[in-house]
Amino acid sequence: MDYQLSEDHEAIREICSEIAERYVLPVREELDRENRFPREIMGKMAESDLFTIYVPEEYGGTDMGVLALCIATEELSKTCGGVAVCYAANALGALPLILMGTEEQKKRYLPSLASGEKLAAFALTEPDAGSDAAAIKTRAEKEGDEYVINGTKQWITNGGEADVYTVIAMTDPGRGTRGTSAFIVEDGTPGFSYGKKEDKMGIRASCTRELIFEDCRIPAGNLIGREGLGFAVAMKTLNHSRPGVAAQAVGIAQGALDEALAYAAQRKQFGQRIDSFQGMQFMLADMATRIEAARALTYAAARMIDQGAKRFEKEAAMAKVFASDTAMRVTTDAVQVLGGYGYMREYPVEKMMRDAKITQIYEGTNQIQRSIIATSLIRESASRRKS
Amino acid sequence: MHFVVAVKQVPDTGEVRIDEERGTLIREGVPSILNPFDAYAIEEALQWRGEIGGRVTVVSMGPPQAEEVLREAISMGADDTVLLSDPAFAGADTWATSNTIARAVEKMGDVDMVLTGKQAIDGDTAQTGPGIAASLDWPQLTFVGEVRELDVDRVVVRRETESGFEVIDSPLPVVLSVLKDLNTPRLPSLRGKMKARKAEITVWGLDDLALEESEAGLEGSPTRVVRVQTPPPRGKQARIHRGEPEELAVILADILLGEDGSP
Repeated sequence: MDYQLSEDHEAIREICSEIAERYVLPVREELDRENRFPREIMGKMAESDLFTIYVPEEYGGTDMGVLALCIATEELSKTCGGVAVCYAANALGALPLILMGTEEQKKRYLPSLASGEKLAAFALTEPDAGSDAAAIKTRAEKEGDEYVINGTKQWITNGGEADVYTVIAMTDPGRGTRGTSAFIVEDGTPGFSYGKKEDKMGIRASCTRELIFEDCRIPAGNLIGREGLGFAVAMKTLNHSRPGVAAQAVGIAQGALDEALAYAAQRKQFGQRIDSFQGMQFMLADMATRIEAARALTYAAARMIDQGAKRFEKEAAMAKVFASDTAMRVTTDAVQVLGGYGYMREYPVEKMMRDAKITQIYEGTNQIQRSIIATSLIRESASRRKS
Repeated sequence: MHFVVAVKQVPDTGEVRIDEERGTLIREGVPSILNPFDAYAIEEALQWRGEIGGRVTVVSMGPPQAEEVLREAISMGADDTVLLSDPAFAGADTWATSNTIARAVEKMGDVDMVLTGKQAIDGDTAQTGPGIAASLDWPQLTFVGEVRELDVDRVVVRRETESGFEVIDSPLPVVLSVLKDLNTPRLPSLRGKMKARKAEITVWGLDDLALEESEAGLEGSPTRVVRVQTPPPRGKQARIHRGEPEELAVILADILLGEDGSP
């Protein structure tokens, strides 16, 4: 399928494909088994300028947009969805600054994030506040020209590995989502520590960890936007990053299909290659068709954002739902194509199946995404009736 | 320090097939790549530029499409490139090629070091590097596995030989041909690729190098290819024995003592 990608997009794909082949493929099984963060691979990505693509040029970036980030994430995910999310989580951590940060905050933080010298993370989720973001308990109270943060964030991707964290905390508990604010907290700030490192089902190369704030004092200048905008910052960030999760899902699914095709071409049963059996062929055909549809939807949503659309939450959610459901289905089918071998750790498809599952859950569960889609549909329909 | 790296665009031998009847390579449809050994030469120059400063110019002789490998060199971080391309350069052997590249190095004027891969994977001659040195009348350090020291007027390298290695100290300017051992070539960066796409590739022809037609290309090449043949396979020399270690030791001892009846 020709998606009319630019030469820059093709360049990003080539670079990511080479990084994946040279540095990720040889260690992905080990990273998965040992639950180990790929620090060295992040370094290679930095050398190749991959952390620049979502940062504006005036702050050391190349500003290539959401589609470019999707292509990078997809290409890395074909080989390892875990390594890909370590990378993409940096964009998620940097987005609040890029979208709503002050000039001073951008100048201070973005150049070192674009160069990859520092890594970023985004912290919204808490033990009792997942889909219901208004239920967050982490408090930030203003004292003079400082904020004092107390509370615990849970399941934070790149937690403990990142240097710069964008943290959503409650500044005015009486006001629900309008009482939340977004802050920048740096690694090493007194009162800021890391808790439990999670032992996950999939994407095990990525580090998922608790952030603990105990009377953690940060300068008032680390407030992103103004007080009360925390929820808006979070939603805007997640709307922008959602096509990236879709791209991760597309990549994982494509990687699984490639493995299934290669296996089916060499596996013989009843004296024939198994890809000569119609039952196999129909499965492979459906896998490929679903992936292509997911890719088309993902790229279209990403392009909408890059072209400056005002509202795109519906399309971003559609891409995320469809691509992640596709990834779960395709990776499950890939395990089926490989049969008993597919179930063994020796082959990569069982890992892909484990990696795929999270894409239906994080950055807004697929149920929340369907709510977003439906809310948009109902609103659009109502406004059509009015006019 | 001005480093010049001489590189070659070659067919990807992983993809090449042999025309058994004619004994030649089938080049049609085979992708062209940067000669893999040359990537190590570029990387070494880039690393030393990072260490002691200077600039890296990458030069290649070939048809117009050879500019692809020069763009690849820019995407890795080369400062400048020169393509030596002229219909009169076609059909050059290693002698004419070395002379042409040497004239280009002379034209640049301020070159301190020329690096090449130890050989190209298509011709496999390993002659062009030494040829450039001979044509420039510079010292040559071949089969370099490590550049240990480099400063404004001298270089210390470790070169591999069939029986071991030598550590050699040489004045500059000098020509090095390098092995794969000495570094890991970097991947192109995104900014490098963007720069490479836009870069103007300087092209020098016969006139730019003040060469006569008789000195370049087929005319300037004393080598004549009379026939190309594939050497016959060496035949079966390996024998595999299976068994318990004690039995195998006896068999091995017999072979070594020539008592197993084998010639």
